[in-house]
Amino acid sequence: MALSAQQIPRWFNSIKLSSFINATQLTKHCTRRGKTLLHGFSAQPQMSSDNCFLQWGFKTYRTSSLWNSSQSTNLSSQENNSAQSTLLPSMNEQSQKTQKIPNFDSELSLEGLDDLPPLSPLQPVSEEEAIQIVADPPLPLSSFTLRHYVDHSETLQKLVLLGVDLSKIEKHPEAANLLLRLDFEKDIKQILLFLKDLGIEDNHLGTFLSKNYAIFSEDLEDLKTRVAYLRSKNFSKADIAQMVRNAPFLLNFSVERLDNRLGFFQKELELSVKKTRDLVVRLPRLLTGSLEPVKENMKVYRLELGFKHNEIQHMITRIPKMLTANKRKLTETFDYLHNVMNIPHHIIVKFPQVFNTRLFKVKERHLFLTYLRRAQYDPAKPNYIALDKLVSIPDEIFCEEIAKASVQDFEKFLKTL
Amino acid sequence: MGSARLAQLNGLFAAYKPPGLKWKHLRDTIELQLLKGLNAGKPPAPEQRVRFLLGPLESSEKKELTLTATSVPTLRKHPLVCGPAFTSLKVAVGHRLDAQASGVLVFGVGQGRRLLTDMYNAHLTKDYTVRGLLGKATDDFCEDGRLVEKTTYDHVTREKLDRILAMIQGSHQKALVMYSNLDLKTQEAYEMAVRGLIRPMNKSPMLITGIRCLHFAPPEFLLEVQCMHETQKQLRKLVHEIGLELKTTAVCTQVRRTRDGVFTLDDALLRTQWDLHSILDAIEAAAPRVAAELEKSLSLGLDTQQLPSPRWPWDSEGLSSALGLESDVGH
Repeated sequence: MALSAQQIPRWFNSIKLSSFINATQLTKHCTRRGKTLLHGFSAQPQMSSDNCFLQWGFKTYRTSSLWNSSQSTNLSSQENNSAQSTLLPSMNEQSQKTQKIPNFDSELSLEGLDDLPPLSPLQPVSEEEAIQIVADPPLPLSSFTLRHYVDHSETLQKLVLLGVDLSKIEKHPEAANLLLRLDFEKDIKQILLFLKDLGIEDNHLGTFLSKNYAIFSEDLEDLKTRVAYLRSKNFSKADIAQMVRNAPFLLNFSVERLDNRLGFFQKELELSVKKTRDLVVRLPRLLTGSLEPVKENMKVYRLELGFKHNEIQHMITRIPKMLTANKRKLTETFDYLHNVMNIPHHIIVKFPQVFNTRLFKVKERHLFLTYLRRAQYDPAKPNYIALDKLVSIPDEIFCEEIAKASVQDFEKFLKTL
Repeated sequence: MGSARLAQLNGLFAAYKPPGLKWKHLRDTIELQLLKGLNAGKPPAPEQRVRFLLGPLESSEKKELTLTATSVPTLRKHPLVCGPAFTSLKVAVGHRLDAQASGVLVFGVGQGRRLLTDMYNAHLTKDYTVRGLLGKATDDFCEDGRLVEKTTYDHVTREKLDRILAMIQGSHQKALVMYSNLDLKTQEAYEMAVRGLIRPMNKSPMLITGIRCLHFAPPEFLLEVQCMHETQKQLRKLVHEIGLELKTTAVCTQVRRTRDGVFTLDDALLRTQWDLHSILDAIEAAAPRVAAELEKSLSLGLDTQQLPSPRWPWDSEGLSSALGLESDVGH
């Protein structure tokens, strides 16, 4: 087989975007099949690349379908698809309607020339030629979903098999265009291998790529530099893998930005280098998220809630999520704990996980204990109930051990609130 | 599998709304939980599509080409390409509760939303427990509102409170009869009044069918109120007015709905039970009672409609439409 289907995509990709197929050339292609097609193209006056893409793709669709049929002896269905796929992505969502319409109008007259001379529809056609006419419905020129293209694009199929959620990606049109135009072998594979080297397991690749599809537009060298920077800051390989898994956009940040962020946390929290590193590994979205909520929360803890700096440091090393918590929820929880339950600061500092729980849980359990007259939060007195036992254990164990009542009683009590 | 459970998700159920939660948030939470349950089912089997492929004919040696129909797998309907099967669900709410009130809140899903309208038109009564606090008056009748007045309440006794409540019930009883548009001189109306079945079947202001004091420990007192066409704010205003009648002031600390039509506290689902499985069970459990109550109310409605105008015989259209409605409700 002179030209296998695998060679078709690469050859077509190598044609310059500015090549423009004249209608006369096209008619020649319709009559002859096989290798003559390869020699028929010539460079024509340039138009904008978008227009070229569109028309070139549209016209070669019809010629390639005839041409493919001539190479049909060893073609499987997949190869057929991939051949069509590299042409068809060229006419896709990105081309704006305003650009499309004038192009088609100007080409309509030329398009009519396609059908007239050699192949009149009334001309009798032999059986073999009749079989070889491929009349698949054409792919939509622009679409809002990737459903229509997934069967014709090898890239998309391999991504779905990896576990990437295309339904989330198609909500961002520029991301969907990017994925359609990329070739799996050349671009995507390299980045996937890089991610595997980093330590991300196969079953996590899907969720990672669904969130961070923009990594395909990053330069591989840049990514390697950033990983080298993190290694230089003494983050272990496993640490980096965990960070990238929990905060997928981490590697899209430049080295300066990562440096600034790490410096900010070190200065603001005044923790040792090792503790800052542990904090960032546990909650890597501190590096990728905005810094304003963190600054605001630090002020809230110090000024509004009245914690001392070493208390804040202790709470944050235990529960890093407190840095990014919602300010209103924080103040409401603290208000209930301090003013209604009468728990002093030093006990709250010992159990920072109360800031991580929903307020309704704290309220319900406290009111139940008050009703049973077991609400004792002072360690000095008997029947003391620790705050972490109040919030961090599931309902059944709480009812049995702490409240010494049954779950049905708890439910009946909840219905009296 | 998800679609089978979606077909079962038709009917009414009640949830217990905790205080401090807006009813809209509760409705959205329930919708999200139902969607999560529906989408969690087994994914469908991979689809196939038929393609006509060009291939050599095996039998002939001449290498003829022919089209063969083959079924090839397609990824078009894969959940990762299309997204989750269920993205929205229509959940409707019955009589609403405001943010500070708590209690039984009736929801309808699917075909049950029609039953909600029928329930509304049945004009059933609701039960509330209302807690009041003597000695304070605020601008929005709640405990945390802006303080307007502080008074003493030592002179208030249980008998005085009961007398006030009896007076309120009596005046509302008169209003009940007036708004139900019944001519009490007829025999049927008298019998209904004796059985206690008179109630207005169209719009009316808040009417209290029963009120009594469950617990009195000054400054706190607990009332049980049976009423219809009310809002929780009017109930709080009622507490304020009781305080004024007692020559002191009162604020309302808790409004809790214990019964809404057929649904009682036992039927209400708690927060831990707001998921697909419990809701399906609750719908199934409540369905026969709801149907019975709606049928009863509808027949009652028919009776009362005929009472004021006994001269006109039953219209054929009126009869068929009424029967049609009844058969609809019965399902």
